[in-house]
Amino acid sequence: MNAPVYLDNNATTRVDPAVLAEMLPFFTELFGNPSSMHHYAAGVAEAVQLARRQVQSLLGAKHDSEIIFTSCGTEANNTALYSALAANPGRREIITSVVEHPAILAVCEHLEKNEGVTVHRIPVDAKGRLEIGAYQAALSDKVAIVSFMSANNETGTLFPVEELAVMAKEVGALFHTDAVQAVGKLPMNLADSAIDMLSLSGHKLHAPKGVGALYLKRGTRFRPLLRGGHQERGRRAGTENVTGIVGLGKAAELAQAAMEHENTVVRTLRDRLQTGILQSISHCFVTGDIEHRLPNTVNIAFEYIEGEAILLLLSRAGIAASSGSACTSGSLEPSHVMRAMNIPYTAAHGSTRFSLSRDTTDADVDRVLAVMPEIIARLRQLSPYWGKDGPKATPDFAPAYA
Amino acid sequence: MWDYSDKVKDYFFNPVNAGVLEEANAVGDVGSISCGDALRLMLKVDPETDVILDARFQTFGCGSAIASSSALTEMIKGMTLDQALKVTNQDIAAYLDGLPPEKMHCSVMGAEALHAAIANYRGEEWKDDHEEGELVCKCFGVDAALIERTVRDNGLVTVEQVANYTKAGGGCCSCHEKIEDILIAVNGELAATAKPAIVQQPKPRTLVQIAPLKPEPAPAPAKPAMTMVRKIQLIEKVLEDIRPSLKMDGGNAELIDVDGDTVYLHLTGACMGCSSSGLTIAGIQERLMLAFGKPMRVVPSKPTAEV
Ligand SMILES: Cc1ncc(COP(=O)(O)O)c(C=O)c1O
Repeated sequence: MNAPVYLDNNATTRVDPAVLAEMLPFFTELFGNPSSMHHYAAGVAEAVQLARRQVQSLLGAKHDSEIIFTSCGTEANNTALYSALAANPGRREIITSVVEHPAILAVCEHLEKNEGVTVHRIPVDAKGRLEIGAYQAALSDKVAIVSFMSANNETGTLFPVEELAVMAKEVGALFHTDAVQAVGKLPMNLADSAIDMLSLSGHKLHAPKGVGALYLKRGTRFRPLLRGGHQERGRRAGTENVTGIVGLGKAAELAQAAMEHENTVVRTLRDRLQTGILQSISHCFVTGDIEHRLPNTVNIAFEYIEGEAILLLLSRAGIAASSGSACTSGSLEPSHVMRAMNIPYTAAHGSTRFSLSRDTTDADVDRVLAVMPEIIARLRQLSPYWGKDGPKATPDFAPAYA
Repeated sequence: MWDYSDKVKDYFFNPVNAGVLEEANAVGDVGSISCGDALRLMLKVDPETDVILDARFQTFGCGSAIASSSALTEMIKGMTLDQALKVTNQDIAAYLDGLPPEKMHCSVMGAEALHAAIANYRGEEWKDDHEEGELVCKCFGVDAALIERTVRDNGLVTVEQVANYTKAGGGCCSCHEKIEDILIAVNGELAATAKPAIVQQPKPRTLVQIAPLKPEPAPAPAKPAMTMVRKIQLIEKVLEDIRPSLKMDGGNAELIDVDGDTVYLHLTGACMGCSSSGLTIAGIQERLMLAFGKPMRVVPSKPTAEV
């Protein structure tokens, strides 16, 4: 078989060898606890500090102390929501969107059910764009925090978080953004932004899994999620994941250096993949907001077939991608993002996401373009919704219970 | 990725009996696009003998749905209709060397299509389980009769299992109480005796050599090593900058020696010897790191004269 083609970088990325090299000494000779007073700590605490500056620089934050290292993006998201509620007891409402990652949605659902918090979930239109009017209407002085993702993990659709943050400020609410998919792919300048909090995750930018960070603008009222030692200035207790943090720092530095590559070369590759598929396969369309999208992501809905079957055939051809179909998630319904955009079920089940990275080559794109038409045609031949060479004009297939 | 048996993979990658059966005289359509599964089963039945001469399928669904459909057509070819009616979803799953629990509903769909096709052939109204009993799961349109039969045939004991087999309860969860009632009714007092899971030993892995990420990082311009004089100048400059604040606390810092990245300082004044001198050291270290752009270490030291 040919070399594997990895186009599932929104799920996770390959650790950059340069990142690994930076981490290794902290598994071996530099194993000290950064809080210790003896010389084993020297070099370790500094390395954590250096990583903090590297992340600060990638985010364009004003102070390095605004970076709190966490165990993952999910922890950063949880911290942001819980902190906002705890630090603003007079405000018991949250505004978020229907297309957030479960790391926000499940937390909101829990807060709603168990803490009596009111949650406003702002809908999106058919292209995945936020309904600004509904957001405006939900804003009030009861809102503790507004949390909108910077970029959607399934479609890559970008929300205008800078403007959304300004709107939140007008009612005195905190603004958080889950930027797990955006950090490292889009330039940021948080020093000149109304965003109070931002979550990021190492494994989406070629750092290892199990490390993330929460950006917390200086002066923002805060309550820690984890209490214990004084680490991270008492804002996130627990002995630092030094190796992970060092890796995240290095990955941030590399991402900053590769920012232009991501937005030129990677974008061009993505566009070529998208155009190639649309030209060679009928009855498929790109989902999300095509003009406002991450440079590395394309999500295509193939009608009348099911996504897991597509992935299995792609996988046999050595290509890794992902799907919004029900069957791939273990849940029984298609992706909440596809449903929020009102994508018909016949297409939502067949939605397939290709997510590239600076690791992606022209040859990778060629490989997908070479096998995709045959895979889709093959599955459509099996589909009861598909006729000889197109969807059945008069659908004679109406299963017993629909 | 699902842990599919080789048989499932084989039937998915190389499905047999796929496509339209033009001379079919029995057709069963089941499933629902909103659930992500739908199946048309087509049979050619010998009117004299009731033997299934040929069977074909068309399926919208995942790997295991396609494999289950294909396997079913293989299983029933040559059977009489009465024999075929005895085929359960368990039989389909067993034929495929098992299905992941979350995918058992694919085999249920196969068994239903078979019943529907035979009813269609016999000119009967297919007594769709879904119209027989009370609608339990509104999300996926599953009724009590189907849940009961599936619980009985498969010895299910939990709501989760019911969801895996029938999809009922996999949506909004509001019917979980009703499903629990069915489970209690069908299972009587029989407590579940769960089989211990077989834990497979993972194969040991060897590390592979990793290639650099593309694009290859441009080699960093080789920095000329700093001369000792340059180093000392830079350290002195950092110390100068912080001296005013040290002096405010009645303290001072004096450079004693430099060894690689380790800087030996003599600290005096109010904070010397107390725990906060650690903070001063950390503070100076930070400043040095900033100035040098790399990790630096500060070690408190005695004044030269005393060494
Ligand atoms: C948008 C978004 N938020 C949060 C997460 C969770 O991040 P982590 O895996 O680090 O917890 C992910 C990734 O899975 C994501 O895509």
